[in-house]
Amino acid sequence: MATGTEPHLNSGGVRNGTRAAITAPHLRTDRWWLAPAATAAGLLAFVVYSTWRAFSNSHYYAAPYVSPFYSPCLAENCVPMRNGPNWEIFGSWWGLSPALLVLIFPLGFRLTCYYYRKAYYRGFWASPPACAVAEPHKKYSGETRFPLIFQNIHRYFFYAAVPVAGILTYDTVLAFRNEDYEWGHMGLGTLVFLVNIVLIWAYTASCHSCRHIVGGKLKHFSKHPVRYRAWQLVGRLNARHMQLAWASLVSVALADFYVYLVASGVFDDPTFF
Amino acid sequence: MSSYEARFKVWRGDVGGGGLKDFGVEVNDGEVVLDIIHRLQATQAPDLAVRWNCKAGKCGSCSAEINGRPRLLCMTRMSVFTREETITVTPLRAFPVIRDLVTDVGFNYTKAREVPAFVPPDKLAAGEYRMTQEDVDRSQEFRKCIECFLCQDTCHVVRDHEENKTAFAGPRFLMRVAELDMHPLDAADESGLDRKKTAQDEHGLGYCNITKCCTEVCPEGIKITDNALIPLKERAVDRKYDPLVWLGSKIGRRSSGG
Ligand code: SF4
Ligand code: SF4
Ligand code: FES
Ligand code: FES
Repeated sequence: MATGTEPHLNSGGVRNGTRAAITAPHLRTDRWWLAPAATAAGLLAFVVYSTWRAFSNSHYYAAPYVSPFYSPCLAENCVPMRNGPNWEIFGSWWGLSPALLVLIFPLGFRLTCYYYRKAYYRGFWASPPACAVAEPHKKYSGETRFPLIFQNIHRYFFYAAVPVAGILTYDTVLAFRNEDYEWGHMGLGTLVFLVNIVLIWAYTASCHSCRHIVGGKLKHFSKHPVRYRAWQLVGRLNARHMQLAWASLVSVALADFYVYLVASGVFDDPTFF
Repeated sequence: MSSYEARFKVWRGDVGGGGLKDFGVEVNDGEVVLDIIHRLQATQAPDLAVRWNCKAGKCGSCSAEINGRPRLLCMTRMSVFTREETITVTPLRAFPVIRDLVTDVGFNYTKAREVPAFVPPDKLAAGEYRMTQEDVDRSQEFRKCIECFLCQDTCHVVRDHEENKTAFAGPRFLMRVAELDMHPLDAADESGLDRKKTAQDEHGLGYCNITKCCTEVCPEGIKITDNALIPLKERAVDRKYDPLVWLGSKIGRRSSGG
């Protein structure tokens, strides 16, 4: 019939020769670019902030608070923290910031997280930038090959994330001391730490790998009532995984920034009791 | 009752070429985009091709793209648009066009046939099947699918890369694999068919990068990515990348799990 006004480009993707001849890569009229742009900006801000803090190797301890970026502190060059997470597994030869030794675990956990994958594939790699908006890449093999096939190891980072969250819980308990290490006190920092640790646990527990491990892998829930309940519980959290990913990202940065402010002497931690 | 004249652009043409044609058309309160397309047929373009059946969001025939977004024509209310905006309607852009708004969705039937069917359990006769509700809950969500193929159309793996159509089954059919793998009576394992492994090896699960566009467009609100694709990816990991599970299965102590 060819009421044809548009030439057929036949240049692949939505412009493939057999598909409806439409030149525009997409016809969306809403602000589809807003979500990926905001995501990219948010992630970038965190990357810049955490890189600065991780390499700075200073102002990460203000008794009784230790920055979550530096806990546990595994090198000899760490500031001594009374009862704190000082484990000199790496001896004196480690001359760089001790944050680098531990941050690879939370970093790996979040990099391979199913939510963050979506976020950066869309926000940074435009694969796709938004739904039904053509991606700019000629070829696409997804997560079938090196390096992205390594996303499949997410569950091992989940296993590692659990003890890390445990250590941050310990740090939060230690935050119930005052700066002279006496127990039974609480300051604004304690509150910041409490909120952070709750969000970290909620994010960790809502992980898709966690959901699979506690029960999702089963075929017959009826034969495993306890695991079924656990799976339902994790599932409820999992529905909020994106929100928890952002909330815990912000809270961990805030907790670190709080320690930075107190340690660098910008202000004194207001104590409640 | 109020009515107004809306501006429409509708793609007309066939595989030889075509373009967006402008129309001015009456719209009344409570109408959906399919009503307007029908009015165009009745008044201005009697040969406009469009596929539809139920006008109730249940047959999955009227899939198209409205203002660039894959949607059902019969479930998109005119009230979601302002009176000023021009509404653009095109056929699905991931499949070969036949004419006007009608596309050839045969790709999906090919992919459907590639998924091995339910394997009946050995010792049970038809009529003896018993399942508990909690064991079928997950699969039942997937059974809500009306096969509109909006998810297949939106998925960038095939929408933007025609060459991936051979290797990739698409969200709707990976969801089918997940449904069968979670089915309490499916005896694929016993028959030597490992759906967890074939999901990746034969149906291209690895191509999906969990960017969730399928979930975003599904008119049935099925959580395709969270409840089918990601769980299926985790199941594939059990088979292919988890040394503990792999070792366990070699010494035969752990079965495929419950
Ligand atoms: S989540 Fe996977 S299957 Fe769904 S649209 Fe995205 S890439 Fe395709
Ligand atoms: S899963 Fe949803 S979008 Fe995909 S074919 Fe079924 S109903 Fe349509
Ligand atoms: S932490 Fe996001 S999926 Fe595991
Ligand atoms: S006509 Fe049946 S779903 Fe729209």
